[in-house]
Amino acid sequence: MKYSALSVLWQGLTGHKGWTRAWRDPEPKKEYDAIIIGGGGHGLATAYYLAKEHGITNVAVLEKGWIGGGNVGRNTTIVRSNYMLGPNTHFYEKSMQLWEGLEQDFNFNAMVSQRGVINLFHSDPQRDAFARRGNAMRMAGIDAELLDPAQLKQMVPILDFDNARFPIQGGLMQRRGGTVRHDAVAWGYARGADSRGVDIIQNCEVTNIRVEGDKVVGVDTNRGFIKGKKVGMAVAGHTSKIAQMAGINDLPVESHVLQAFVSEGVKPLIDTVVTFGAGHFYISQSDKGGLVYGGDLDGYNSYAQRGNLPMMEHVMAGGMAIMPAIGRVRMLRHWGGIMDMSFDGSPFICKTPIKNLYLNGGWCYGGFKATPASGWCFAHTIAQDRPHELNEAFTIERFKEGRMIDEKGVGPRPWIQ
Amino acid sequence: MHRINCPWCGERDEAEFQYQGDATKVRPKEDASEAKYFDYVYVRENPKGWHTEWWHHVGGCRQWVKVVRNTLTHEIHACGGPQDKLPVPRAAKGRR
Repeated sequence: MKYSALSVLWQGLTGHKGWTRAWRDPEPKKEYDAIIIGGGGHGLATAYYLAKEHGITNVAVLEKGWIGGGNVGRNTTIVRSNYMLGPNTHFYEKSMQLWEGLEQDFNFNAMVSQRGVINLFHSDPQRDAFARRGNAMRMAGIDAELLDPAQLKQMVPILDFDNARFPIQGGLMQRRGGTVRHDAVAWGYARGADSRGVDIIQNCEVTNIRVEGDKVVGVDTNRGFIKGKKVGMAVAGHTSKIAQMAGINDLPVESHVLQAFVSEGVKPLIDTVVTFGAGHFYISQSDKGGLVYGGDLDGYNSYAQRGNLPMMEHVMAGGMAIMPAIGRVRMLRHWGGIMDMSFDGSPFICKTPIKNLYLNGGWCYGGFKATPASGWCFAHTIAQDRPHELNEAFTIERFKEGRMIDEKGVGPRPWIQ
Repeated sequence: MHRINCPWCGERDEAEFQYQGDATKVRPKEDASEAKYFDYVYVRENPKGWHTEWWHHVGGCRQWVKVVRNTLTHEIHACGGPQDKLPVPRAAKGRR
């Protein structure tokens, strides 16, 4: 059924009895043209674009838990395309463009809100670096704007502009960036894929990837063997574990925990996204009024989906430094998600040494904003058995070839990427 | 909160340490092949369970401490100096 203002009105008048379920709960078939491991944002988007762009509808998405229970429901909902290095710039801008048309495309209200993203700077060298980044973006046709303190004061008066250690000298703003309701992204893609014939199979954990000769033939699951002509892995956080099932033991990936926080609901306080990189803190406000904020990785290998107190204290300290007013707001909840930290901070969307087995992972903590382009490019890579030019740089081999895409320039230390 | 038993300072909070990654990786000889260096610099087993790793006691004695820690439960099994061979529990607890 198509969602529209009219359907809401009609259902309102008829007691909301006509809504149908958004996606089916099918039993797995014996064989699929393509199997996607992982029913997160990226896996669901991949299935959606496989069906929509490439006409491949005999597809299964296998999810060990439930749709939206992993990182797609564990992020801080920010979308942006303010990257500097070529492959990242164009890839994330593709994602931004897909976000802009997403709700009409999959007929679901994902609350895409282009409220802007501002990166604060506090010194001359930092301004130079941000101006350079902004220029790189503008040369790629992406919007970027360098704000002075007076402009910033008007937009975000709540900041501590005269901070003794980090006086605010301005910010780099991407106005087209913003936030998106993350659960709705999972639901929208799930519904869109399902309506085109994709089977979304929840509570179905892959226990082994079967490889015969140099080719993948299917996957063993807790619900039996499922044959697949092609298999895509989209399990960021657990990429090493899943790839090891197929005998791929040499991935440059570590799993790390990243925490995020939501405060109690307050009246409108901040209507954009502000990042205080120097203090490892960023913040926005949800439509319900909660302040949504986070910082850096805890900084050690972890699969625990929960973090520790030292990093919580560090994030709160960063917030107090730049936005002292939040000291009177109570924290409501916090959570941790497991990040696939690659060794240059950039992702993988590529073929693997095994035929018909494809890899999507290494998203570090930037996976949410990439969801549409990741699915779009991964679907292309699977359907055509070759990467799209937007993701041809995101290979595993780049580390052997010396073609790292190290946006931060910190080298092979995933815990500080 | 991890409590790490530094062989020189005793049990201290995680906040005094800086994580330095997988301690099972050994630097190859100078003339080793590129493949060996690739493996040393980039390839990680990334286990879900027991992990032997470096923590630098940067807020204390500044020594490097070797730690066997569970990446799923955050439990610490053993701590020692860089040259120590630490026992890794065989029943990989928490491994799924």
